[in-house]
Parts: sequence; C-alpha cells; structure tokens
Amino acid sequence: MELLVASAIGVLTTAGVYLTLRLRTFPVILGMSLLTYAVNVFLFASGRLTIGAPPILSDGATTYTDPLPQALVLTAIVISFGMTAVVVMISLGAYLGSDDDHVDDPIEAAGSEVRK
Amino acid sequence: MSLFLLVALPFFGALLPGIMNSAGRSACAGVTFTVSLAAFVGLLTNLPAILAGQTVMARIDWMPELGLNFTLMLDGLGFFFALLILGIGMLIIVYGRNYLSREDNMGEFFTYLLLFQGAMVGIVMSDNILLLLVFWELTSLASFLLIGYWKHLAEGRQGARMALTVTGMGGLSMIGGMLILGQIVGSYDLSVILQNREAIQADPMFLPALILILLGCFTKSAQFPFHFWLPHAMAAPTPVSAYLHSATMVKAGIFLMARMWPVFSGTPEWFYLVTSAGLITMVLGAVIALFKHDLKSLLAFSTVSHLGLITMLLGTGTAFGALAAVFHILNHATFKAALFMSAGIVDHEAHTRDIRRLGGLRHLMPVTFTIATVAALSMAGIPLLNGFLSKEMMLEEAHHTVLFGSHWLVPVMATVGSLFSAAYCFRFIGHTFLGPVRDDYPHKPHDPNAGMWLPPALLAVLVVVIGVAPFLVQDFVFLVAKAVMGDAAVLKTKYIKIWHGLTPALYMSLIAVFGGLAVLMLFKPLSKIWETTPRPEAKVIFEAMIAAFVRLSQVLTHPLHNGSFTRYAMIGVIAMIAAGYHAYATGTVAAPVRAIQSAGPVPIAGWAMLVAATCGLVIMHRQRLLALILIGIVGLMVSVGFVYLSAPDLAMTQFTVEVVTIILLLLALNFLPNQTPVESTTLRRTRDAVVSVAAGLATFGLAYHYLLRDFIDPSISEFHLANSYKGGGGTNVVNVILVDFRGFDTFGEIIVLGIAALLIYALTEALLNGPVRRRLLNRVPDQPRSGDMHPMMMVVVTRVIMPVVLLVGFYIFLRGHNEPGGGFIAGLIVSIAVVMQYMASGFSWASARLKYPYHGVIGAGVLVAGLTGIGSWFVGKPFLTSDFTYVRIPPFYKFELATAALFDLGVFLAVVGAVMLSLESFSRLARRADSAENEHPMDIDPSRAVSAEGSTDMKEGN
Repeated sequence: MELLVASAIGVLTTAGVYLTLRLRTFPVILGMSLLTYAVNVFLFASGRLTIGAPPILSDGATTYTDPLPQALVLTAIVISFGMTAVVVMISLGAYLGSDDDHVDDPIEAAGSEVRK
Repeated sequence: MSLFLLVALPFFGALLPGIMNSAGRSACAGVTFTVSLAAFVGLLTNLPAILAGQTVMARIDWMPELGLNFTLMLDGLGFFFALLILGIGMLIIVYGRNYLSREDNMGEFFTYLLLFQGAMVGIVMSDNILLLLVFWELTSLASFLLIGYWKHLAEGRQGARMALTVTGMGGLSMIGGMLILGQIVGSYDLSVILQNREAIQADPMFLPALILILLGCFTKSAQFPFHFWLPHAMAAPTPVSAYLHSATMVKAGIFLMARMWPVFSGTPEWFYLVTSAGLITMVLGAVIALFKHDLKSLLAFSTVSHLGLITMLLGTGTAFGALAAVFHILNHATFKAALFMSAGIVDHEAHTRDIRRLGGLRHLMPVTFTIATVAALSMAGIPLLNGFLSKEMMLEEAHHTVLFGSHWLVPVMATVGSLFSAAYCFRFIGHTFLGPVRDDYPHKPHDPNAGMWLPPALLAVLVVVIGVAPFLVQDFVFLVAKAVMGDAAVLKTKYIKIWHGLTPALYMSLIAVFGGLAVLMLFKPLSKIWETTPRPEAKVIFEAMIAAFVRLSQVLTHPLHNGSFTRYAMIGVIAMIAAGYHAYATGTVAAPVRAIQSAGPVPIAGWAMLVAATCGLVIMHRQRLLALILIGIVGLMVSVGFVYLSAPDLAMTQFTVEVVTIILLLLALNFLPNQTPVESTTLRRTRDAVVSVAAGLATFGLAYHYLLRDFIDPSISEFHLANSYKGGGGTNVVNVILVDFRGFDTFGEIIVLGIAALLIYALTEALLNGPVRRRLLNRVPDQPRSGDMHPMMMVVVTRVIMPVVLLVGFYIFLRGHNEPGGGFIAGLIVSIAVVMQYMASGFSWASARLKYPYHGVIGAGVLVAGLTGIGSWFVGKPFLTSDFTYVRIPPFYKFELATAALFDLGVFLAVVGAVMLSLESFSRLARRADSAENEHPMDIDPSRAVSAEGSTDMKEGN
C-alpha cells in the first residue's frame, strides 16, 4: 500500500512538473492541478496510512488515523480551487487581451526607462 | 483626556471629512476643526499636571515580547509640541477652508491633514521608541499625500516623491539607530533610555546609533546636506506648507534631537556633528533664501536656515543652548506659519508668488501687509518682536561656543547667518509690499476675507505679545527646557528679557540688522553675481542618483527575472531537487520500522487507473478537452483513495471540488484554443522530461521513506483525538479541528477564498469594461453551437433534484460535527446544485432568480464566523472559544447545540459565495460572447405552446 501511494505521488509530480514546464497557459494550469493533487496526497500521507479507521470517534473503535493532516488538506483542497480559479481567470484575461496564451513574457530591453 | 484618546482622535476624526464632503465645504472644514479642537481641549486638560511638573503616562502592552508597547508619555516637551501641532493645526484648517478652491476635494485634503496631525501627536507623545518609529513613518506617508495633494501638478508629485524618498531613507536609518539604542539599554521605553546616559555613551555602539538617529533627524528637519527636499515640497498648497514647514513635520527631527538630548548631548561626537550641520545649514539656507524670487521658496530656505539655527543650539549641549532652542522653536512656529499664510494670501490674490512681479502691495492689501511685516521683522530679529529675543539668545550662545578650537568661527558664522536672514526678511517686505503700486499684476490683488487673514493675524498678535512681554511665556519655556534636559537642569533664571545691557550679542545683532539692510541695497549687483555663479542643482543630482539606482537594480534583476515563467519554474524545481538531495546525502537515514501494508486487487486497480490517466494526460495534453476528462479521472481516483485510506471528509471535499473545478475549466476552455500546438523541440521536451522524472523520483523517495518510519517527535494528533468530544463536543475529529481547535486558521482560509473570488470578479469586470469587451462581442465560436441550448430534459431534471440536493447539503452540514461532512462540503454541494441551474436554464434565467448577490453571501459568511468568534469575548474567553450544550425538546431525542455549528455556518456561506461568484464571473464572459440571450429557461417548452395558442403567432425556439 505504501508503495502504491508513494509511487502515485511520484507519478503525479512527474506529470505535474512536465506540464508546468510547457509554454501555453492551459497545460500549465493542468500541471499545477496535478501538482496540487500530489502535494495534497503527500501532506495527507504524512499522517501515515491507515485503512478502515476514520477519525470519527465511536465506542467500538480502538485506533484512529491521524486527523490533523486531514484537516489541513481539507482546507488546502478548497483553497486550491480558489487558486486555480484565479490563475485560470488571469490566463483567460491575458489571452483575450492579447490573443496569445504563452506563459512567457520576455522583458523588452527598451521598455525599462525610469518613470518620470 | 486620556492620552490614548488624544492620539486616536485625529485618526478616527480622519474618517469624517470624507463623509462630510458632500455636505459642503464648510461642513467638511467644520468637522475637521471640531476634531482638532476636541484634541486641543483634551490636551489642555492635562495642563495642570504638566505645570505641576508631572509626566502623564498611559500604557497598554502590545507585543511585550518584542519590547513594543503602546506606551504614551506627556511631559513638558511633548505638551509643548502637541500644543503647537494642534493649535496651529486649527488655524490652518480655517485658513485652508478659505484657501482651497471649489475644484479641490476638500474631504481628501482634511483627511490627509488629520492623519498627519495624528501621526505628529503620536510622535511627540510616544514613550516607546518603536511606537515612535511607527508614527514617524506615518508622518512621512501623510506628508507625501499632503505635498502631492495637487496631483495634476508634476512639481507637486515630484516634490512629494522627493520628500518621501529623503525622509523615508532617514526613517530607515533611524530604525537601525533606535534598535541599537534599545539593545544597549535593554528597553525600548524612552523613560528608561533617558535614565541611562552613562551606559549609552560608554557603549562601543554609541557612535553608530548616534549617526543613524541623526540621519533620521537631519533628513526630517532638512539639515545640510539633506536640505534640498524642503524647497521642492513647496509645490504643495500653501496651507500644507504653512503647517508642515513651520510647526510640525520639519520640527519632528528637532523634537527628536531635543528628546534625545539628555543621552546624547555633551559628547564630542554630538557636538561636532550637530553643531556643524546646524551652522552650515543656517548660513547656507539664509544665503540661498535671499536670492530666491519665489515667495514660498524664499520662506522654504529661510525655514531651512532657522532649523539649522535650532539644531546648532541643541548641538552646543549647554543648558542655555537648549533653552534658546526651545524658545526659538516657539517663536519660529508663530512667525513662520504667519509668513507662509501671508505668502499664500499674496499668491491667492495676485495669482503670482514671484517677487519680481510684485511690489507696492501695501496700498492694496493693508491687512496682509501689516501681518506679513510684523512676522518678517520678527524673523529678522527686530526688537520688541519675539524673533529678536531668541535670536539674541542664539548669538549669546554662539559667542560662547568654541568649534574646532576656534573662538571666532561660530560667532562669525552666526552673525553672517543672521545678516542674510535679516536681508531676506527685508527683501520679503520691501520687494513685495513696499515700492510703487504696479499695474501689471496677473490679477488685481486685494485683502482676502477674514477667514484667510484671521489665522495669520492671530499668530502676528502672538509675535508681538511674546516680543513685548516675554515674562508671560518665560515660565512655560523654562518648564519645557527642563523637560528637554531631564532632571539635571541648571538654568540661569529669568534670562528671557528684552534688555540685557551692552552685550556682545547686541553688537552682533546690530551688525546683522544693518548689514542686512546694506545687502538689500546692493541686491541687484549681488543677484547678478549669484545668477552667474555655477551652483550644484540638488534636484538634478537627486534624480541622477535615483536613475542610477534604478539602472543598478535592473542590471541585477533583469538577467534573473526575464519574464519567462518556464524558466523560473525550472530553476525552482531544480533547486528543490538539489536541496532535497543535499539533505539526503548529508543526513542520516533511519531503518524502516513500519511494516508495509498489503494491498488488495481493488487498490491496485485504482492505482493503475490513476497512473494510466496521468500518463494519458501527459501524452494527450494537446487535446485540451480530452485532457480535462483525464484530469477528472485523476481527481476521482484521488478521492477514492481518500475513502480507502480512512479520510471520508477529504474524499467528499475532493469529489465536490473536482466537479466545480472541471466546470470552471470547461468555461475557460470555451474561450481558449482547443488544441495546444507543438512548439518546443524534442531536445527541450527531453530535458523537461528528465527534470520532471527527477522531481517525481525525489518525491516518491521522500514519501516512501517517511511512510515506513514513525514520527520523530510525538504527534499532537493524540491531543485532538482525546479532546475532540470532551472539549469540542463532536465525534468527527477532522471537523472539530477545523471549526474549533484550529478555527482561527479556518477563519483565515475562508477570508482568502472570499478574496480570491472577489479578485476573479474584479478581473472579469476589468475585462468586460476594457478593450476585450468588443472582442468578446464580435467573437465567432470556433465550434458549432448546439441547436438546443437549454435541453428540456436537463432543465426539468435539475429543477426536480434541486430541493433534493439542497436537502442533502443541509443534512451534510448538520451532521458535520459528528459524521463526515461540515460547512466546506455542504457549501460545495449547494454550489453544485445552483450551478446546475445556471447550466441547464441559462445565465439570465438563473441570475434573475437570485435574491442575494454572492459578494454579500461571502461577506455574510465571514461576518457570521467572525461574530461567532467575537461572541466568546462576552463571556471573557479568547476569540473563537467554542461552547456546546445538549438540549432536548420533547418529543425529539436529545441533540447538541454548539457555537462551532454557527462558525461552520459562516464557513458554509463563504464557500457557497466564493464558488458561485467565481463561476458566475466566468459565465458572465460567456454571456457577453453569445449575444443571443434566452428569454425562457427552455428553448422548446410544450406548456408555452399551449398558453400561446390564443395569440397570433407562436414563439419558436432559436
């Protein structure tokens, strides 16, 4: 089980980093979403893996999984939605404004004058 | 009045002028005046204590760990300055009301003025030097706003920027000095620091601290070589100049030197630095002032000169010098404010401040002439006016001061300074008011209304009263001087008087006055020489320096920060891998202690699907729609994994977030190209692949490593598990952590989420109102649209299940405290229910049925959560302390009531609002694009056909 989770994190990271290094906004957004999954699962797994012992207190249960990473990851998931939405909006605005969805924006050498 | 209230009053009052702006200009000025008056009266209530020699203190611990406390102190010195700040402030408010024209935004002006006033009062009353620094920086910022108040004037903006740069830099260095001082003494409280003269002067860090603090003082008080910003700040409206440059802003540096006088003075470092800077500034300012043709520039340089005079007096380190400095601060504030206001009147009435175009105004503006003449003669040091008294004392002090081993250097320089000072004062009177009446003024001048001349007139009366009867203020000046010097005050009593006999100071004074007259006689030839002498232009040098710094920072940043996101990402990834590898290579690896848990066929199948979808995504990411479907599978498998690994809450959250994210991306894809073209070379792709695989391997290794090992330190999770029910009243530990143990974090998170949604809304607004709008309207969809935009089946189904979904959301919300669920998940579920209505029935149909705007929902959520937290204050508990109880209403079972549920309601509302506002913003873009708008929820609706039977034509779906 540990091997599966760790390798899943690895695969998600690999794909995420690769897509993040692409040149257009859409694959970069996808890549960042994959990285979000990877990070969330990674954080979640820092509580170690437990099967069949959810952190819901009950009289019969003796062991529970670590609740703390779950609470952290829960808000992280919701926040990541907000982040994705903002990034998508920015990239959409950039595309609609300039008809160009490249992520790179080299500084023109001439455009760096001291503003008077 | 409490000192806290005294400091807070102008700050709170600053909210009023903006509100009163629409009530008229007089109302706006009136409310500002009332605020100042209230503070002034409040200050006076402390007068008896001050006169009794007490120091009024007030203290609240702010951050005691850092030594930063909100400690206020009011002694003679602070009282004296506060009196000037508030008293002259009131006069300026009256004057400003009449000075500003209808085009000027008066509310804005008075808001800045009160902010500035509050910051100044804060400086002079701070007992904690860190607090003092905060107020110090606030005066820099407020003065920036005031100096640049006329935003349409380039000089105003540049002057404001220069003032901010110079005083801001000084402020920075002062922070350093103050921190060193605090370190030496071990306390940041002024009252403690002032008691530690010996310890401070003996410390090896004394000189750096002194220099850094003096840099702050010199920049603020425009001492050479930082004097150049003050004349450029004259582009401000005259009320600002009169206020900032007579009694307040530039006196802040003087104030601090006076405040620090007990610990710094008497050392050779202090003496040489302060006395020479003051002496140079005094002479230089006086000489330049004489040759300025702009009335305000003349006054600006004269201010520089007089500040130099006061600085020099403080530098001598003698009790008499301090007394003279205090007295001159008072006198300078009175005559200089009156002079600035007079110059403003001349400018206001004659529409020019150029002395060469003026003259003969005494016939046209007799009142202004009288005021200006009294004030200017006082500045020149003519007997029976207050300027004479303090100037006499300065010359007396100069007579006794030995600088660089020379007995004559200081007296001669002081006399020369006074001589030029007298000369420019005579020029101010002579060339503006005397002489024949001209007929080429830009505007025919006459005396202004009383609102404008009364404030300077009051000051002119003070000038005369103090000048004729100095014994009236003598005791007060002594009191202040004692406060400057601390307890060790040894003063010759009853010094301040008009006639001392034939002293050297009197001769020096006579030389200065008659010499000044002589210089004015020779003004024309002298002026010619001055015009032809090359002089360094401070503004040019300043701007060249700024430009050099900008170039330097560009040289440093551009190679690193060249606008290529890919590059930053690459550098970041490689750096992280390298750091990880370094840790791995240098650290020790413990042996695995946890056994590997076996995985059945179902987890393996789930893993396989996740990996397959991820790989497929990478390979086929150019087909964007396909990529979306694949990433949906990935998200789904992650949620399934959460279920399997005992995290039901996470699974529900991930699942619902997945739905809204995909909807969001679909909406975005509507506008973006459907394909990603191949651009990068194979080499580049290989390189990226190598880096990504390395990153993947690294995370895999790290994750696998710690999954097989236990925590190094015991986890705090046990505490949460043990106290969740006992302390939080819930059995779902994750939810209890969110709404109770870590409620403050969650509170922050919903605020962040709300801000993100508002940001999206703002961006959409900007897009829709900008050039993109036309592009959107003229946009031709790149794919054929479905003929049935709002399919009947979908409309019916979504509406039927809406109540069901809402019920589910409600249920999930309620059970959240004890079972998987809670505000986050319920919020997402309800959002999905609403989004479905948008998708099925169209934007306008859905938004027409929207009762509350989503902004309000977000705000309500944050408010509910915040108020729940504040509620615990009323029972004397810290913010967000939760409480719960069990109640039973027959015939129901016993159930729980918890404040945490109320907090969760806030979370719920904020999540609904944020998600909906984001999605709605995106769909608003789409709505603009498709100009054809649906009138009805369904394009083909049988019921409409029935109802329309009687009418002439039947509407057809488009």
